[in-house]
Amino acid sequence: MARDRKAPEVNAGSMADIAFLLLIFFLVTTTIVVDKGVLVKLPPWSNEPPPEMKLNSRNVYSVLVNANDDLLVRGEPKSITDLRADTKTFIMNPLKMEDMAEKPTKAIISLKNDRGTSYGTYLEVYNELKAAYNELREEEANKRHGKSFEYLERDEQKAIRADIPLVISEAEPTNFGEDK
Amino acid sequence: MGKFTKKRGKANPEVSTASLPDIIFMLLFFFMVVTVLRDSELKVANNVPSATELTKLEKKSLVNYLFIGKPLDKFQATYGTKPQLQLGDKFADLKEIPLYIEKHRSSVNEKEIPSIISSLKIDGKVTMGIVQDVKTELRKSGQLKVNYSAKPRAD
Repeated sequence: MARDRKAPEVNAGSMADIAFLLLIFFLVTTTIVVDKGVLVKLPPWSNEPPPEMKLNSRNVYSVLVNANDDLLVRGEPKSITDLRADTKTFIMNPLKMEDMAEKPTKAIISLKNDRGTSYGTYLEVYNELKAAYNELREEEANKRHGKSFEYLERDEQKAIRADIPLVISEAEPTNFGEDK
Repeated sequence: MGKFTKKRGKANPEVSTASLPDIIFMLLFFFMVVTVLRDSELKVANNVPSATELTKLEKKSLVNYLFIGKPLDKFQATYGTKPQLQLGDKFADLKEIPLYIEKHRSSVNEKEIPSIISSLKIDGKVTMGIVQDVKTELRKSGQLKVNYSAKPRAD
């Protein structure tokens, strides 16, 4: 009769080790998904075409990315590595040039791409433009408060944001070079 | 009744409970791991580009994901090689975006609706055509906060 026999004792001492082994295995193999990205606010949709705006051309910094992923900035070809520095000079206009923004609040970045532009290049360009603004805000924060932008009080940040507003206007892309 | 008393008289084998906590821990770990991994299964190639100006997405419940990329090899027979949109677990048409956004909106607190962010996970090789169409659909459905998902890059 099986009931009468003494149940064999299972050694439970190594159970903890097995549990730890499993824990370590999962710790090593799982990659915690860090979700990061470039935050963008899209303009609201309206069926009417946007109103014609009279803009002084000196305030507009036009960036065109074509289907070959080439860059055309204010009518001239430019390399993506120069874009950030160039954008910063345009916005701040330290030398008060005639053909650059009157003041940062008036500067407008106009970004246009083809439907055939690769997304990677588009995001790179967008990133550079955003970086230019972020660097300017950082410099301004250091100048005004001697602190990094992210450590400023909320209203101080707001004031700097208002003085250097991020205006990136995106035009409807041209139907060019889309892969079928 | 007699049967029961009979049984009680026998020496019942003692089950060791020393390992019980470990088993519970093991189960806990198992579920922890499984819940993290259980993201929507990717059906499109999704190698996001890298960027420097990144914002972290804080509240997972307020984020919805849109994937764009070439269908993976095993799906190319049915869906072709053109970049496709994936919503949740399946391939979707552009027209399904408003419904997808609406569904997500109804699942969150009314006050938090304005802070919903759409995370666009787009393969770097995709052309802007489809991206533009998706953006237009998002704008039409009033979903204006968008996050272009990207990997961090040392500058």
